Amino acid sequence: MATLSGAVGGLVLRNPVMLAAGILGTTGSSLRRAARAGAGCVVTKSVGASPREGHPGPVVVQVEGGLINAMGLPNPSYKNFQEEIDLARQGGVPVVASIFGDGPEEFAEVASGLDADCFELNLSCPHAERYGSEIGCEPSNVEDITRAVKKSVDVPVWVKLTPNVADIVSLGKAAQRGGANAVVAINTLKAMAIDVETGRPILGNRFGGLSGPAIKPVAIRCVFDLSAALEVPVIGVGGISSWEDAAEMILAGAQGVQVGTALAGGYGIFGEITAGLERYLVRKGLTLMELRGAARKTP
Amino acid sequence: MRPVNAVIREVAEENPTVRTFRFVPSFDPVPGQYLMVWVRGTDEVPMSFSYQDGITVQSLGEATEALFCLGPGKSVGLRGPLGNGFDLVGDRILLVGGGVGAAPLALLGERAREDGLEVTSLMGFRCSSDLIFRSRFEKMGDLVITTDDGSEGVCGRASAGLERLDPGSYDQIYLCGPEPMMMDVILRCRGFESRIQASINRYIKCGMGICGSCCLDPEGIRVCVEGPVIRADRLLKSEFGRYRRGPGGLKEYYRR
Ligand SMILES: Cc1cc2nc3c(=O)[nH]c(=O)nc-3n(C[C@H](O)[C@H](O)[C@H](O)COP(=O)(O)OP(=O)(O)OC[C@H]3O[C@@H](n4cnc5c(N)ncnc54)[C@H](O)[C@@H]3O)c2cc1C
Ligand SMILES: Cc1cc2nc3c(=O)[nH]c(=O)nc-3n(C[C@H](O)[C@H](O)[C@H](O)COP(=O)(O)O)c2cc1C
Repeated sequence: MATLSGAVGGLVLRNPVMLAAGILGTTGSSLRRAARAGAGCVVTKSVGASPREGHPGPVVVQVEGGLINAMGLPNPSYKNFQEEIDLARQGGVPVVASIFGDGPEEFAEVASGLDADCFELNLSCPHAERYGSEIGCEPSNVEDITRAVKKSVDVPVWVKLTPNVADIVSLGKAAQRGGANAVVAINTLKAMAIDVETGRPILGNRFGGLSGPAIKPVAIRCVFDLSAALEVPVIGVGGISSWEDAAEMILAGAQGVQVGTALAGGYGIFGEITAGLERYLVRKGLTLMELRGAARKTP
Repeated sequence: MRPVNAVIREVAEENPTVRTFRFVPSFDPVPGQYLMVWVRGTDEVPMSFSYQDGITVQSLGEATEALFCLGPGKSVGLRGPLGNGFDLVGDRILLVGGGVGAAPLALLGERAREDGLEVTSLMGFRCSSDLIFRSRFEKMGDLVITTDDGSEGVCGRASAGLERLDPGSYDQIYLCGPEPMMMDVILRCRGFESRIQASINRYIKCGMGICGSCCLDPEGIRVCVEGPVIRADRLLKSEFGRYRRGPGGLKEYYRR
């Protein structure tokens, strides 16, 4: 029997397949449902210092190979979120709190205000002013914010990176200097869709972030480059919708993977991916550890 | 699916705050399914089908007011049909609606009649001038009307009209209206709640089961894809009737 359990970014997980941030992550009950459906751990919706209602709709638009979203970081603020984390924990897997802020102080405030098993710093959301990739594009910000959160909590801290830069590796190195336990790549790619009938951008926010199968090759490349350059582990996310996609991400160097857009097909995706990965490891006679980064070792 | 451009063919004023919009193209919805209606420049909001090609809208806030400014020839973007819709069960059914909640039930009742079912309707409104779809329901079968002020039919809430009927004798009961009214009806039908299907309202944003905005505690039911029609036995084990969440996920409690 192949085992999928092991350490991922400072946590010990029963399997490396996680629920990505912002997907069915607003309520403790939906997070718990993902855990019960087989996720190795669950990441919450990104929460900030004060409540936000998010952008006006449409907040998503389906496009070729995926979808573009501009949710606008709706969240009830960390002050109203602990009960959701507590409920999510009943799922029996670690709960990672995704958090955002406008700088080191606000990030530290939000992190200190929550009791979670791990924090994932959203330095990468491409459609909210003053937050996410607006600050996360700059390595010095990434480093300072990571350090500030590391100082204020004693659980692992992951840093989620934006691919909307010329050199994602420099962001990864900054997170590592700041003390990150892992980096998570990638968040969505800046994107846009226009209504041909009226000439109007479709999303309420005009711009958004592309996710789904279309971005998988971009994510694979980012994970490949990051895992070659960093000592800290890399968690791969972007377009994973089958066990083959997860295996590909691990071959590129990922220690764990996250699944987002593919949840549109239902919670069964976790069971499908973990079962497929197990069969694959058995067939290949490999362990997860041996699989990780194997693409780099091919002649 | 991208929003489909739909041209408004006709607008009908059902009462001072409720209008029906008929579109080209038409759709093929299961009654109880809904559309995400993009009122360009304002917002995208969920609306149940009240006709194959139409929705019936109460003016409440920004998006619905902006929609009310659009007349024939103007257009909106539509995504749908979305959600599960009602499941027609048995031979004799009862429709219980409140206010604009009558909209999906009118389409359901007409479909049930086409299938040869016997349809009884109980519709509650605030006052006689709020009444909508009277002739549609009358054509289907027996209709009991209630008004809060007694200006038409039975005086009181829809639940008062329930006393005139024998709800337990129907094969299936279909509900849509304000949440406290639906909860009241469900509580008066204890013992056969598994025969009640309710179309419920939660804050729907993505309409495709991923953003998590509409999830129902404690099971985490994604109302936008697994609903909006949910059986009352499941609702009784949920947050329904106690609270719902606002656009940012904050709980909003109903006053009891
Ligand atoms: C499945 C479903 C079917 C519906 N069918 C109908 C219908 O047939 N006719 C009808 O008049 N109304 C229907 N509604 C309710 C309708 O969506 C809201 O009245 C509308 O969104 C109000 O938007 P607004 O911008 O005008 O008002 P706002 O000022 O934004 O809000 C007024 C009220 O509507 C609620 N609301 C706002 N946006 C949403 C949203 N995206 N999802 C759910 N609630 C929201 C708010 O919480 C508030 O209580 C339905 C709702 C759902 C979930
Ligand atoms: C609707 C939606 C909401 C998202 N919300 C967040 C969020 O709050 N925080 C975050 O870090 N990433 C968020 N993301 C990005 C995802 O976590 C993920 O990085 C991205 O979608 C790529 O993975 P996928 O192709 O598997 O969806 C969101 C994505 C989607 C589609």
